[in-house]
Amino acid sequence: MEQFLEQLASGLANGAIYACVALALVMIYVSTDHLNFAQGEMAMFSTYISWQLMQWGLNFWVAFLGAVAISFVMGVLIERVILRPLHNAPVLSVVVVFIGLLAICNSMAGAIWSYLIKEYPSPFPKSSFGIAGVIGPHQLGVVLITLIVLSLLFAFFRFTPLGLAMRAAAQNPQMARLVGVRVDWMLALGWGLAAAIGAVAGIMVAHIVYLDPNMMGGILLYAFAAALVGGIGNPGGAVVGGFIVGVLENMVAYTGNQIEKLTGVYIIGNGEKLTVALIIVIFVLTLKPAGLFGRVVVKRV
Amino acid sequence: MMAALLEVKALKAFYGSTQSLYDVSFEIPAGGITTLLGANGAGKTTTLRAICNMVRTEGAVRFEGHDILGKPTEEIVRRRIAHVPEGRGTFTSLTVDENLRIAAYTRKDKDGVKAERERVFNYFPRLRERIQQQAGTLSGGEQQMLAIARALMLKPRLMLLDEPSFGLAPLIVVEIFRILKRINEEEKVSILLVEQNAALALDLASHAYVLETGRVVMSGDSSVVKNDENIRKSYLGY
Repeated sequence: MEQFLEQLASGLANGAIYACVALALVMIYVSTDHLNFAQGEMAMFSTYISWQLMQWGLNFWVAFLGAVAISFVMGVLIERVILRPLHNAPVLSVVVVFIGLLAICNSMAGAIWSYLIKEYPSPFPKSSFGIAGVIGPHQLGVVLITLIVLSLLFAFFRFTPLGLAMRAAAQNPQMARLVGVRVDWMLALGWGLAAAIGAVAGIMVAHIVYLDPNMMGGILLYAFAAALVGGIGNPGGAVVGGFIVGVLENMVAYTGNQIEKLTGVYIIGNGEKLTVALIIVIFVLTLKPAGLFGRVVVKRV
Repeated sequence: MMAALLEVKALKAFYGSTQSLYDVSFEIPAGGITTLLGANGAGKTTTLRAICNMVRTEGAVRFEGHDILGKPTEEIVRRRIAHVPEGRGTFTSLTVDENLRIAAYTRKDKDGVKAERERVFNYFPRLRERIQQQAGTLSGGEQQMLAIARALMLKPRLMLLDEPSFGLAPLIVVEIFRILKRINEEEKVSILLVEQNAALALDLASHAYVLETGRVVMSGDSSVVKNDENIRKSYLGY
């Protein structure tokens, strides 16, 4: 039972990371209809920035906020400078730019900080809490920070005029212009926010997966799966999808271990959890192509 | 004579390489209701879109003495021109409340916006009952009311209405046109109305322009246009 709870807790912590990256993907997707393949590498780069700030002597949380702010500005700049000229370009051109961006982030991080794997500190106290043994302090911290970030974002989109304007611009750009929303800036702002959320995810996960230029590869894959399971056009769905995928992969490994213990037959274990989790995701999508919380969009032609 | 609120001179418009307006000129007096009539494809909708710079244009558009041709749509809106596009100009996935809030996005006077909201509910009491409902779930008539309410939240000087009667039951259309008349008189909003339903439009408007394949072919007082034999045959059907 204790092992089950442990696996559940670690699944929730991983899921929180996937939820953040998935949300970043969805935010750009709903306003541009593009999946940003470079989201993971951008987050990795942000994590290196926070690491560098700490090397220069800043405290973890100052470095955290600094990296998130720098990422926001970088996201806005990427949209304004690189993607603006491609507003009316065919989808494939944009995809190529995303892949280029991915390669650039990856090799720049390698060039600046080398490909050697680095340790990354956890800001949370080592001492255990009341639920000691079940959930580690870093895992609990990750879940808490993510929930705070997600609530702040929710409040921003739900209650502020700017958040409302961003939603309006994403839903119907032409109508948004007609009520005076500067749609181009809303897109750039969306990119900034997505980059900032990615930075939070990268910084939170770096203690678990260690810091290296390829740290986000697998996580981006999970985040894609999470976004698709939740329904790619639905931010809330992406968050729930992130937690589902995170818990699911750990449950797969846990179930495999239990079966092995009971029967002595090895079927699945830690090595196969990604595969099995993705198989389940494909299964879900076969049954519900729009995702669990997605709506089928009917376009009139 | 009073200067025109909106002056359109030799307006041309293009969709890609296709030209759809050739030479459209007209004036809208402050405070009045003017209607643009014409068959399908005559360029009525394009004219409204051209005023708000939603298509590629040439020519001149002056609003309150300022040249606005080629200015970004979102800046033209800041001059308080409210465009209600064809086919329910609302954000369907937002609630009625959010639609009204986003409509006042460019306004900084919070008290004014609050008062506006009350005035809008006074015209469309049904929207108050539906305030938390998603706009896409409203009936067609309610959506059109919301679209007009949305335009009013801007406290517009000029309202561009594109086929407000489109797809609505005759009784609802009559109700909406009655409210438009009230809005024009009570709020001192000038209206440029595009309509397929020429009889209805000519009753409401004081002045009419008739478009044919991207050109103005006739203009005058509504009463004169209404009694013109060609117009009667082509657009009024008797």
